[in-house]
Amino acid sequence: MGEVIVITSGKGGVGKTTASANIGTGLAMLGKSVVMIDADIGLRNLDVVLGLENRIVYDLIDVIEGNCRIKQAFIKDKRYSNLFLLPAAQTKDKTAVSPEQMLKLCNSLREEYDFIIIDCPAGIEQGFNNATAGADRAIVVTTPEVSAVRDADRIIGLLESKDLKNPTLILNRIRQDMVKRGDMMAIEDVTEILAIDILGVVPEDEAIVISSNKGEPAVTDDSSRAGKAFRNITKRITGEEVPIMDLSADRGLLSKMKKLLRFGS
Amino acid sequence: MDFFNSLFSKKASSKDVAKDRLKLVLIHDRVNCSTQILEMLKNDILKVISNYMEIDDDDLDFQIVHTSTESNENVPVLYANIPIKNMRKSMY
Repeated sequence: MGEVIVITSGKGGVGKTTASANIGTGLAMLGKSVVMIDADIGLRNLDVVLGLENRIVYDLIDVIEGNCRIKQAFIKDKRYSNLFLLPAAQTKDKTAVSPEQMLKLCNSLREEYDFIIIDCPAGIEQGFNNATAGADRAIVVTTPEVSAVRDADRIIGLLESKDLKNPTLILNRIRQDMVKRGDMMAIEDVTEILAIDILGVVPEDEAIVISSNKGEPAVTDDSSRAGKAFRNITKRITGEEVPIMDLSADRGLLSKMKKLLRFGS
Repeated sequence: MDFFNSLFSKKASSKDVAKDRLKLVLIHDRVNCSTQILEMLKNDILKVISNYMEIDDDDLDFQIVHTSTESNENVPVLYANIPIKNMRKSMY
């Protein structure tokens, strides 16, 4: 019996789709069978982040309206044969799906797959209701900014009212140098305010931009720190205990030299 | 550098500013009470109290704060500090 996980945030642009792509791929790397559903109807993006945009034939709406069988709409990942994407429709809007239909879809998928990862659209209206309808648990993504944390707080409240108790948090795009000099909220600041358990912390990393340029999630990149953070997150999702990575660990000789130079100034 | 900054600069770090602003905004979000509603509530309460007492308008403190109780942490509380000048004579 698989688990349905919705990835949500309230605010747009904090990294929901990136997190979904990396978590889905990361779970597949651990040998799990995974279906990723892009629930952002009308604004689909998960396909491009995964580099699968050229293979779409059918989409979520086609499945729901019965124009095709579920598996016909699945796009098999390039790298992992146990990873599938169910893309969002690009020409419809959120009203084309109902929460009941999403619940039914999730329930039929969980019979056959280990994980169903739902990429929730930004906002708190129907798209959010659809994406959360069939979920067993929720992951809230935020960045250490006032606006994003505020929206995360709102989303946590809404999730709890939908009986999605104890959502966990991914704190994305942390810059440890800024945290150190007191110009960015630290992990403890955010978890204290939101009163929520942390699932993982992802450092700001150029590799995320590069990987989305290429359509290859950073989680597959051994040299990327954000990729490592997502590998840790996926392990935690499967129940393994992995300590939160030390963000202050320096990034090699160059940063050490920079640090030395800064000390002199 | 960090050490020197903390020694010589009195300015609050921007992180603390962010945290304080966030806490305040969340207090209002969580009880679903905007500053306008709070202002209306304040005026209504003052109107009632003014029927019985003369109050000092300048030293009013009226806000929603978070406190912890034994059973629950982070409970929103309406906090009002209303200095009394005199009882209304008409009440005697």
